[in-house]
Amino acid sequence: MRKFVSDSFHLLFTVALPAVLLKPSDAAAHLVTTGMGPVFDGIGHLLLTPEDLVPALSVALYAGLRGRRPGRRALFFFPLAWFLGGVIGLFMEGQQVIPIPALSFLIIGILIAADLRLPTNWFTVLIVLVGLIHGFFNGLALKDGPGSLGLFGIMAILFVLVAVVSAFVVSMKPPWTRIAVRVTGSWVAAMGILMIGWFMRGQS
Amino acid sequence: MKQPAGYMNYLVWFLMLSVYLFWASSAQAHVEQGQAVGFVTGLEHPWSGLDHVLAMIAVGLWGAQLGNPAMWILPVTFPMVMSLGAMMGLLGIPLPGIEIGIAVSAILLGGMVLGEVRPKLVVAAVLVGFFAIFHGHAHGTELPAGQSGLLYSMGFVIATGCLHGIGITIGLVHRWPTGKLALRGAGAFIAVMGIYFLWQAVV
Repeated sequence: MRKFVSDSFHLLFTVALPAVLLKPSDAAAHLVTTGMGPVFDGIGHLLLTPEDLVPALSVALYAGLRGRRPGRRALFFFPLAWFLGGVIGLFMEGQQVIPIPALSFLIIGILIAADLRLPTNWFTVLIVLVGLIHGFFNGLALKDGPGSLGLFGIMAILFVLVAVVSAFVVSMKPPWTRIAVRVTGSWVAAMGILMIGWFMRGQS
Repeated sequence: MKQPAGYMNYLVWFLMLSVYLFWASSAQAHVEQGQAVGFVTGLEHPWSGLDHVLAMIAVGLWGAQLGNPAMWILPVTFPMVMSLGAMMGLLGIPLPGIEIGIAVSAILLGGMVLGEVRPKLVVAAVLVGFFAIFHGHAHGTELPAGQSGLLYSMGFVIATGCLHGIGITIGLVHRWPTGKLALRGAGAFIAVMGIYFLWQAVV
């Protein structure tokens, strides 16, 4: 009898444990929810959205290629422009009618691949524009989720990304490393061209 | 007494396995699907055809033979022009003789490596770019529907770049006399394979 009870408990345990472990989780809708609050949700949103992450990394790469001064400008202007665009997006309605991420990929990718030496002011205008536009669409997306605190998270992670990546590129001395960055830029531009194709096909 | 316990163990394992196998999966409403699949499919696609693989490695080999700046200009040119070809494929713009073009690319690029031909940089870039359109178009028309276009594109471009990288890395043996000979042998192999692909495409 005792053995039967023991085996029954054993059976119950081995069935109940997988049942608890495999219980279907809640359906997660659209926005990234980390469970750690809106700031981390914003960070998660940027890190898990390649449409935003790749242009942000590309801006950092280009800033690094351009040198210390543009790198410092990008460090502050880019996250601030992104945040400003996001705040505007929070209070507006809109929808993408042109493939913004694809154009960002293409333009920044070509600039990196060609190692084009834009004057610093032009460079600043470019990164502010990229930041404003991407931030605006982030604002629209985060309106019903983490909101302005999410944008703070995005701004913070952008600051870190730009600081780390551009400083890394600035510090690279061997000539082949600069070529590697340029090759990466060509890949980003190629992705942009393909994305335009997908967009024109009606599939993103 | 041992036998009932043994049966109980079997029963436990059977039930446990049943729970694992038959438990309903999570209802994933709204969560975007096909994202990882898109990237992996894109990453796999350029490796799926030997004709593509050999032609792209040949670009890297030739670049390594030519040295700087061709070593990196050719692999930069190829993915960008290839994506233009893929865009044509995506939009349904027809390109005649794709398979023949791909086969001829293997023959010519292999021939360039075999003969260690050193044309002007512009000529080399135009040649590589011209054939990249055929490779891109073939990929563009084969792109699967229902997956993330961006992630597919990322995987696709990265894989292509890696193939060039493999070619360049192999091509670094060019600095040694035996390596030079081996590279020319690799070029001959690629050209012969190109003839085989051409035969397959025509017959």
